[in-house]
Amino acid sequence: MNEFLNLLKQPWPWYVAGPLIGLIVPLLLIIGKKSFGISSSLRHICAACLPAKIPFFQYEWKKEAWNLFFVGGIFLGGILAATILASPEPIQVHPALQAELAQYGITQYDSQVPAQLFNWENLLTWKGFIMIVVGGFMIGFGTRYAGGCTSGHAIMGISTLQWPSLVATCCFMLGGIIMANYILPLILSL
Amino acid sequence: MCINESQLVHPWWYNFKYLFVGILFGIILVKSELVSWFRMQEMFRFQTFHMYGTLGSAVAVGMLSVWLIKKFRIKTIYGEEIEIHPKKFNKGHIYGGLLFGFGWAMAGACPGPLFALIGTGATVIIVALLSAIAGTWVYGLLRDKLPH
Repeated sequence: MNEFLNLLKQPWPWYVAGPLIGLIVPLLLIIGKKSFGISSSLRHICAACLPAKIPFFQYEWKKEAWNLFFVGGIFLGGILAATILASPEPIQVHPALQAELAQYGITQYDSQVPAQLFNWENLLTWKGFIMIVVGGFMIGFGTRYAGGCTSGHAIMGISTLQWPSLVATCCFMLGGIIMANYILPLILSL
Repeated sequence: MCINESQLVHPWWYNFKYLFVGILFGIILVKSELVSWFRMQEMFRFQTFHMYGTLGSAVAVGMLSVWLIKKFRIKTIYGEEIEIHPKKFNKGHIYGGLLFGFGWAMAGACPGPLFALIGTGATVIIVALLSAIAGTWVYGLLRDKLPH
């Protein structure tokens, strides 16, 4: 039993994690005919908290409450993974990325996000503000404009052979590649 | 407009099923480091196979499952027919997709990981989540003026 727990505490390889994520698609369909997706939860939160007579937020969000339970579960899963299932080792990062990040003074790898960038003090610097606040805004605006996120389009959409989802996924990747390679270095240099 | 296709009405506590699926998903996201800013950077720089392998195998398993559900006409546990509604393409898939890609590489997270990261103790991500909610709200406000 202890050995099993130790195994679970290690970072999980892609060939374990990927198929498990794939199985969430039929699981949600079979337990209640739900489409796998996360970003709609952000819309339901808007509809529940601040609909402001905007037509896009005028719908019965309570019928979609399952999605809010789902993301609440993701939050709890994060707590469990970081406590009873926490990895004993820091994150293994590719040497080329380590060398690149070292130029910007990022040298700590003990949490999932670089603690030297993502912290409350940094929120008041240009670098931190752009990455956390502007980045977050683009996630929310972009996913809704695209009609879904990585789970809704890249996994659920492509699994059900929807070509608009394939287009959206290619655009997600293209945007990420442009940002990470050409724009982020400028932001990190601020 | 609505995402929920089930016609059945259940008491609210039936939603706890989804809480448990969420917990499972959250654990997988963190343990596979799919919530890690470092892994996203490696992916967009083509330095590691990890993210491609995870997303690729997830899609393969998802696709096979949906095919099996269709082939054997598997029903929900409440006996409802499972049907998949096709998505209609609009220009938002391109413009919104690119914008989300920018945010994904900056904050190093998609919407699911935002919730998981807060759970792991990266509390400043609460601000990123609130900002994402604000982004969704502004989209709702401007929706009619944006090209679709």
